[in-house]
Amino acid sequence: MNRRQDFPILNRKINGPSYAKASEGKKPLVYLDSAATSQKPKQVLNAISDYYQKHNANVHRGIHTLSVEATEMYEAARKKVADFVGVKDPAEIIFVRNATEAINLVAYSWGRFNISKGDEIVVTVAEHHSNFVPWQQLAIQKQAKFKVVPINKETGEIDLKALGKLLTKKTKIVAFAHVSNVLGTINDVLHLSLVVRRLAPQAIVLVDGAQAVPHMPVDISEIGCDFYVFTGHKMLGPTGIGVLWGRRELLETMTPFLFGGEMISKVSLEKSTWNELPWKFEAGTPDIAGAIGLGAAVDYLDKIGMDKVREHDVELTKYAIEKLSKIDGVIIYGPKDVKKRSGVVAFNVGSIHAHDVASILDSEGIAVRSGHHCAQPLMDFLGVSSVARASFYLYNSIEEVDRLVEGVLKVKEVFKI
Amino acid sequence: MDLYREEILEHWQNPLNFGEMKNADLVIEQVNPLCGDEVTFYFRFSISHPELDSGSKKIPKQVRNDEWQIANGQWRISEVSFTGSGCAISIASASILSENIKNKKISTLSKITGEDVLKLIGGPVAPARLKCAFLSLEVIRKIR
Repeated sequence: MNRRQDFPILNRKINGPSYAKASEGKKPLVYLDSAATSQKPKQVLNAISDYYQKHNANVHRGIHTLSVEATEMYEAARKKVADFVGVKDPAEIIFVRNATEAINLVAYSWGRFNISKGDEIVVTVAEHHSNFVPWQQLAIQKQAKFKVVPINKETGEIDLKALGKLLTKKTKIVAFAHVSNVLGTINDVLHLSLVVRRLAPQAIVLVDGAQAVPHMPVDISEIGCDFYVFTGHKMLGPTGIGVLWGRRELLETMTPFLFGGEMISKVSLEKSTWNELPWKFEAGTPDIAGAIGLGAAVDYLDKIGMDKVREHDVELTKYAIEKLSKIDGVIIYGPKDVKKRSGVVAFNVGSIHAHDVASILDSEGIAVRSGHHCAQPLMDFLGVSSVARASFYLYNSIEEVDRLVEGVLKVKEVFKI
Repeated sequence: MDLYREEILEHWQNPLNFGEMKNADLVIEQVNPLCGDEVTFYFRFSISHPELDSGSKKIPKQVRNDEWQIANGQWRISEVSFTGSGCAISIASASILSENIKNKKISTLSKITGEDVLKLIGGPVAPARLKCAFLSLEVIRKIR
């Protein structure tokens, strides 16, 4: 898959022998941090620039030509996103800032009005903080019980038995990730949703798809959840635009998250009524350019085909795991079966701290993430303080995985292990 | 990469002043929330004070409570140790800095700058790693 020419940033050369001379960089960039944020193709950058240069106006309120164009482009982006994830009704697609905001929106607009003392909220230990802290805090505020499902340390999969035991008549919310941002585990979200439906039919199910939608075909209508969230910047789109999908019946009963312009229907001195979906949840001027950029990213991914994107991830991941696991001292976390994991490889090198690994890799031009990956409960569960993570996307190559492997050998050389 | 010089790696493998101190006069914990690095520093102080034997390691309660604020400038760090886990940069800088502050007067600690720490550990650090290098400096800033 030679898409590299669409990503000008990948031509960068970075880092010389020391940071003091960073301007004299000479190592070609190997970007292996797409699970944090992906790079953006020219097509997306051009769509944003084109919007600002030719169509910029505020949406939904103007009569003039530019405003009509901007509104059409913004709403067309919503339709593209809806189609991309198998949602038939674009009004169920709400544009927010990112996945974190989407989850907070549900915690505020649904959680605050439906959770009371003694109710239960269930999440997994593998969640990103964004799908952990909002629920933990909601539970504290409402004196609800906060229950955490363990995972299988070997396979990285959610412990179904434990989940079954934790679900009760009092469970009101169950939230889990589609794909783990650290371990890369692809959860069987349909199965999980069915388990919740059977054992706690009164509960709503929220799936965090931030690491799934960019990397594999996702059809929300086949998952059986109530809310599904993802973000644009991990799927070739710009930062600042994310998506909340919710069932219409639920969204309609929910109170707006933010109040102000755009989201109202009628305002009098005493009261206000709310706009239709999805605008009820989009107070204020939205990120119009961001939505249009995300629309262009969806076009780009559609053109390649998500099956192909997934295949490419699997190929690189398989190769990386093969090569890395041959290096003495390298510990790889997550599922062994590449069919069950996304393009994410979390690892440690001996007892060397992940930040040191990342620093040395950086000096070789290789960008990986290191630290706790906003998943401290998972780190504690795994008994590590940090891990390094290489994550792949459609613009990465086998040669770049080789560079990573060389980089890891260099880490060992520097630390003399 | 010259940051990971022999000396840094030596401190990482065999940090100086590593270990818990029983009956410390002051214990300060510092965490870097970005990466989870954490250090705990233990201090024992001594003071030249008219009412105390010079260099006494035992601080009478009276002095601690009443005269601490006034006299703290005169207190010296007589013993220091630390525990913790972290990257080579944070552990090495804790090791080097702990050695550096031994026997220093508390009143002089505020003169230690970030620049000094970088000099002590031997060179520039990538911006993203400054937090690691300065973790222990933040501990020292908390000594009052």
